[in-house]
Parts: sequence; structure tokens; C-alpha cells
Amino acid sequence: MNRIVYLLVKNGYLSEKNYIQFCRTIGEIPFNKISNQDYHMKKSELPDPFEKARLDKGYGKMNDQNDPVTMLLRLKDVRKSAHDYKTFQSAAKPGRIVVPSEVNIRDTRQIPFEVDPPQHGEYRAIVEPWFKRPLLPEYQEKLTAQISTLVDGILNKDNLEVINEFALPLQSRALTLLLNAPYSEAETWISWGTHVFRSEGEALDSDKANILYNYIDDQIDRAVKNPGEDMYSLLLSSEFQGKKLTKEEVKGVMVLTFAGGRDTVINAVTNSISYLAEHPEALERFRKEPEIIGKAVEEFIRYFSPLTQMGRVVTEDTQVCEHAIKADSRISLCWASANRDASVFESPNEIVLDRKINPHVGFGFSHHNCLGATHARQILKILLNTLAEKVESIEIMDCKENIEHLDEFERKVGFNSIHVKFKSLT
Amino acid sequence: MAKITFITSDNETITLEGTSGSVMALAVDNGIKGIDGDCGGVCSCATCHVHVAAEDMDKTGSASEIEADMLELDDNVDEFSRLCCQLEISDSIDGIVLKVAK
Ligand code: HEM
Ligand code: HEM
Ligand code: FES
Repeated sequence: MNRIVYLLVKNGYLSEKNYIQFCRTIGEIPFNKISNQDYHMKKSELPDPFEKARLDKGYGKMNDQNDPVTMLLRLKDVRKSAHDYKTFQSAAKPGRIVVPSEVNIRDTRQIPFEVDPPQHGEYRAIVEPWFKRPLLPEYQEKLTAQISTLVDGILNKDNLEVINEFALPLQSRALTLLLNAPYSEAETWISWGTHVFRSEGEALDSDKANILYNYIDDQIDRAVKNPGEDMYSLLLSSEFQGKKLTKEEVKGVMVLTFAGGRDTVINAVTNSISYLAEHPEALERFRKEPEIIGKAVEEFIRYFSPLTQMGRVVTEDTQVCEHAIKADSRISLCWASANRDASVFESPNEIVLDRKINPHVGFGFSHHNCLGATHARQILKILLNTLAEKVESIEIMDCKENIEHLDEFERKVGFNSIHVKFKSLT
Repeated sequence: MAKITFITSDNETITLEGTSGSVMALAVDNGIKGIDGDCGGVCSCATCHVHVAAEDMDKTGSASEIEADMLELDDNVDEFSRLCCQLEISDSIDGIVLKVAK
């Protein structure tokens, strides 16, 4: 009730003065934005926890398993440092550039992610054409059919948990297209649940990660015996510096493809649904102006920034924002903060569906920019198109936020669970 | 209506005609090699980098600040660099020649 009254005031249907007088008359405490921020916040909003630190000093600090990280928060610094691979390297000990660090749970180097130029470019050249396949019409047709079937199956369902019953199957099935693997493999990946690397309650769990590693080992052995048209076979027949890729290298690429494209896509899909639930007019707009969907996807990626940050290891004593950083310590490129930098983005905390100039770094920047971006963009474009075509409105029943604890900062990245109902058009 | 000429990195010369939209979209629709337009034209990917012929710079103008910040970190940037998603097709750019950067 209070929220409704508050919205009436906020949207100008009721003057603030009348509202306060009215509250006094009936003995209610008036709502105001500050004391009731959480209450008034829309569920789909992702607040920017970095603003103050970004403006004041430009960096933040976080401890992570005794290997602290200096987080770069401004767009320009993030871009410059992402470009400067000589000072800020990715080819450190495997797992160290990930925050939280994974040095204790894996030894496999992820390729091309944990390699620096010039080798990085040679590895990327092997897989780049493969990762551009989502631009082909037949790929898009198959993806459209998958998403359309999935949406038809959940329309008007009374209580749908989006992450497990929608985003995870969507992501897993779409991945069969990217790998050119049998559709039925998706069932295996779905059965792993969202936490492939973690048991309940534990941050990192090597046993759980082994499920994925063992699966990939088996798939590589299968492709060695029976080469086919899938991504494993492509990699096994590719050469790096004149030599066939080793099984370990193939594994490095495949693990990365599974890991990098899982939580990120699930987050992006889930946050998009929650946004549309609270903004049914956006669905209406996509129906009327489908040409803005491409821009809307970029804006969702900017605003949601499904990957908060990625680290680098500093190779020589240097400084960022007048702050000294020692060789062999870590920095991170905080994409989520850079994407709210008001010196670049007007109204950075608002989703502007057709934002025309949107130089975001949600997919990273420079050498390591996201290889899966073509695939991810197609998923989101087709999803928005399909929802606009079939869905009138979405109602959120209840949800649990997923908050990342980054020492100084608490960042909402999305949801641990969110129950909704999709109402079909007509 | 504007005629726009692209010279690709393997020295192929292709002239296209367009009436509206961005130069990037025209290039992508016609499969010009080296112009990918990954971000769909919102200035976030720099996969639409071209060098404008020196004599055409007064038709296109130079890069905006945000565009220049994107280009600054590109490998072969020079004073003729533009992100062609930021070039709107109109009569005023008729006849320009663009060298594809990649
Ligand atoms: C919305 C979804 C996604 C977002 C927001 C996202 C974000 C990112 C970011 C920010 C980076 C840069 C990391 C760095 O600089 O160190 C990156 C790299 C990467 N991403 Fe994604 N990603 C997404 C989806 C995917 C998908 C679907 C795949 C593959 C299936 C994928 C595979 C990769 C790979 C292989 C790299 C490393 C590229 C390299 O090091 O050259 N990503 N991603
Ligand atoms: C072998 C490689 C990797 C391992 C073992 C790994 C491990 C993990 C773990 C343990 C989590 C926490 C999951 C949970 O809450 O249950 C996680 C989350 C996540 N990872 Fe990875 N990761 C890997 C690579 C990557 C890469 C390359 C990217 C992106 C380019 C990425 C993006 C993410 C994202 C966006 C989340 C979700 C954060 C959140 O929702 O709280 N991961 N990963
Ligand atoms: S198309 Fe992405 S910057 Fe021009």
C-alpha cells in the first residue's frame, strides 16, 4: 500500500505536500527515498556500489585468499590496462587472474584466456571463425526454434523458477549449437545444476570442478577415436606453431568455453526477464520497434555486466590513479563499475533501451574481449524477439538476490532464484 | 543517395550505394571484409574501423571524443581513423573513400 502511494507521488499523480499532509492526518509515517531505499527499489534494479570509490579515488581494494586485488573502477583506466598486456598480464599462474582466485583448484591453463600476445593471437585465430558461426542464418534459425519451444513450454505456467527451469536449459541447449554437439548433451549439462564448480555453501570445490574436467576428458577421447564435426574435433585437428594441439590445450579451450559461457549467460537471461517483468512497456516497444532490439541487448549487457571483473597480474612496479602497485600483485578490471562511469554514460543507472552511443566494456576490451560475445548476443536478441512475440506480461512472485561480497563493496549481480509467471499474448 | 568506396586490406575496391542508416550497416550487409560491426553500431566494439581518405575528411568530420577514446587503443589508428558505425549515410558524404583498417 505504502509503495503504491509512494509511486503515485513519484509519478506526479499526487503532490508531495498533499501526501505528507495526508500521512499526518491518518497518523502514518511518510515514506521517503532515503530511509526506504530498499523497499522502493525495483527488483530488477542493480545498484552501483562502486560510485563513491570511483569518483573519490578511482580504485577499490579487496582481499581474496591473501592475494589482494586493486580494482580499477574508471572506464578509461579499465580500457587502458586491458590493452597494456605487458604490464598487466593474463599469462600468470593458472587461476590467478580470476577473482576469487582459482589457483588452489586447477592447474589447467585456460586458452586463450590465460595466454598473452603474441601467442594469444595465434590461439585465438584457431577458434575465432568457429565463434563467429552464430552470425550464420541456419545457426540463428536453430537457436530461434530452441528458444521458441522453450518459451511455449513455460507460458502461463503458474510458478516458474527462472534460473533452473528457463535460463539454465536455454543456455545449455544453445551451447550444443556453439559446440556443434548432439542436442541430447544438453541434458547432461543441465543435470550439473548451476553450481558446476561448487557444492552448497563452499566457495570453490575441486571435486565438483572434476565433474566438468572428467566429462571434457571423456569427450576429447571420444573425438580422438571418432572425429566428427564438433568443436573438440576441430581443435584436435588444429595446429599451434606448426604442431597439433595437445589434449591439455584442447581441454584448456573447452573448459573455458563451458565456464565462461555459463553463469554469464544465465545471469544475463535472468536479469533480462526480471527487467521485462517490471517494464511491460519494453515488450510493447520491442513489438512496435523491433529494430531497437540490438541496442537494447548492448544496454542490458552494460547495465547488468554479468561478469563483474577479471584480474591481471602486474609484471613491474607501476601506478594506477596515483596509487603504487607492486610487481607480482594483482589488479582487476572492474567492468561493472566502468559501465556506470558517468563521465562517459549519461544517466548511467538507467536502462535506456535505444542508447545510441554505448561504449561499454561488458564483454571486456582489447585482446581478450569475449570470444563468446557473438553467441551471447544472438541468444539475447532472439530471446527478446521471441518474448515480444509471445508474452504480454511477466509477474514476479518472489526472488532471492545474489550478492557478490567484494570486501569494500557488495554487488548485486542477479538472483539465486526468481519465481515468475509468464502471461501469454491473446 | 551516396556512393561510398571501400578499399579492403587485400586491396579490393568496392563501391556501394546507400540512402540511409550507418556506413557500418551498409558494409556489413554487403559483406565488406574487415568490417564486422559486432556491437551493432553503438560504439563499443571498434570492429568497424576505417581510415578516411585525407581529402574526404571535411565531408566526414573527425571522430567524436567517445569515438576517439575507443580508437586511441587500436593498433593502427591515425588522424584519419573513424568508427564507421558513427558515419550516417547522406548526400553530404557522397563519393568518400574508406580504407578498411583490418
Ligand atoms: C552475456 C554473456 C557474457 C559476458 C558478459 C561475457 C563477458 C566476458 C568478459 C568481460 C571477458 C573478458 C575477460 C578478460 O578480459 O580477461 C570474456 C572473455 C571470454 N569469454 Fe565471455 N562473456 C559472456 C559469454 C560468453 C560465452 C557464451 C562464451 C563461450 C561459450 C564466452 C567465452 C569467453 C572466452 C573464451 C573468453 C576469453 C577470450 C580471450 O581470452 O581471448 N563468454 N567474457
Ligand atoms: C575453469 C574455469 C573456471 C572455474 C573453475 C570457475 C569457477 C567459478 C565458481 C566456483 C563460481 C561460483 C559459482 C557459484 O556461485 O556456484 C563461478 C562463478 C562465475 N564465473 Fe566462473 N569459473 C571459471 C571461468 C570463468 C570465466 C572464464 C568466466 C567469464 C569469462 C567466468 C564467469 C563467471 C561468472 C559471471 C560467475 C557468476 C558470478 C555470480 O553469479 O556470482 N568464469 N565460477
Ligand atoms: S560497430 Fe561496434 S563500434 Fe562500430
